Amino acid sequence: MADEDDDIVLAELDDDELVQQMHDDLYDGLKEEIEEGTNILLERGWAPYKVLTEALVAGMKVVGDDFRDGILFVPEVLLAANAMKTGMGILRPLLAETDAPKMGTMVIGTVKGDIHDIGKNLVSMMMEGAGFDVVDLGINNAVENYLEALEREEAAILGMSALLTTTMPYMKVVIDQLKEKGIRDQIIVLVGGAPLNEEFGRAIGADAYCRDAAVAVETAKQLIAARKHNQVAAG
Amino acid sequence: MTRPAPEDPRPEDPRPEDLGPEDLGIDDAALTVEGLSAPAAAPEGAPRTRLIACGALAREILALIRLNGWSHLDLKCLPAQLHLRPELIPDAVEAEVARARGRFDAIKVVYADCGTGGLLAKRCQELGVEMIPGPHCYSFFDGNETFAARGDAEMTCFYLTDFLVRQFDAFVWKPMGLDRHPQLRDMLFGNYTTLVHLAQVEDPALDRKAEEAAARLGLAHQRRFTGYGDLAAFLAAAR
Repeated sequence: MADEDDDIVLAELDDDELVQQMHDDLYDGLKEEIEEGTNILLERGWAPYKVLTEALVAGMKVVGDDFRDGILFVPEVLLAANAMKTGMGILRPLLAETDAPKMGTMVIGTVKGDIHDIGKNLVSMMMEGAGFDVVDLGINNAVENYLEALEREEAAILGMSALLTTTMPYMKVVIDQLKEKGIRDQIIVLVGGAPLNEEFGRAIGADAYCRDAAVAVETAKQLIAARKHNQVAAG
Repeated sequence: MTRPAPEDPRPEDPRPEDLGPEDLGIDDAALTVEGLSAPAAAPEGAPRTRLIACGALAREILALIRLNGWSHLDLKCLPAQLHLRPELIPDAVEAEVARARGRFDAIKVVYADCGTGGLLAKRCQELGVEMIPGPHCYSFFDGNETFAARGDAEMTCFYLTDFLVRQFDAFVWKPMGLDRHPQLRDMLFGNYTTLVHLAQVEDPALDRKAEEAAARLGLAHQRRFTGYGDLAAFLAAAR
């Protein structure tokens, strides 16, 4: 099979075949192939947003689903994410120039005392792929970092990540500060990380616990849509 | 060395020189995938306490039992590889508690939170069994208070116990995919600076293995002798 794969010339595939091949290449974490496929679709006149959604995001959805179902594991997802990142790197400046739909801004970061960022980086990338502007604060964020970024970016969503049982309670510190400042209701708070669960998310007052990046994207879309609906209803 | 009588079980305070790489007849690979059963040495009819523990702690628990003559302690270790899927730990522990009910005078759980996000503590509370306090074994080996006090100063430290040094490939290298995709190393470990080997025993060969593990991960190496930390006091109270 490897020989057959080696023989595939991406430029000779029609659009549907190429998109399907890119899904396979994303699944296999093949960066160079994703870079090449992205450029071919753009050269064929595809809008950047169409390349993003149909070739990259749809391909990553398969990766996300198989991760959720225990078919793929973290290393394979990271390789796929790296490949998608390459495609995103090509598309990002083009998307900025076009009128691709914007979903809103998310501020995201790993909480104070915690340096783990694999899941958080996956969420960042998948959210960006879904049309959100993502402001990634990186690791080890004190409450002030989150508050300052939320205000500066006029963000609709706050994402917090923690890998440690000892650091995850800090999420409540941040949420309590949002309440104290009277802005809690303006922000959708999503939390995630290996030791978290739905019960913890509820207990600290988050809007949702997201068990993986794909769930984070779907949850963010639903909550943003519900918020818009409520705003229209109220107006 | 004076050993306390079984009827008055208080922990010995093992000195580093007391703790050698003893052969307890334990196969670490078997601990990882199968677990272990070590019946209490106490005679039939004597009070017995069932310890339901992580396989990663078997060697240390058996060493303490032997060191202190705690013949009433009966050990059942679950496969250490459950650590790779912490969400499965509460159900696995509950099943063992159910099996032990009525057969022992007491049941104790020798798992810390271990990435279950409080779910194991909640389950143990529901089951009415005590579990060892702490977020994970790194913490109770170091001593929970000591470990907590280290706080953010050790945020960039990656910890390995003796067991994890011995099983580095099975618990770190392979599950992280580094055997297949070594290029992921810095993506996975780039935020860490130091591998801290929390040593339970004096074992120069194991120290060398920990140094090698640090080098493979591209981290500085630090060795910290902890002995058995809070584990000793917990087992001493397990009647």
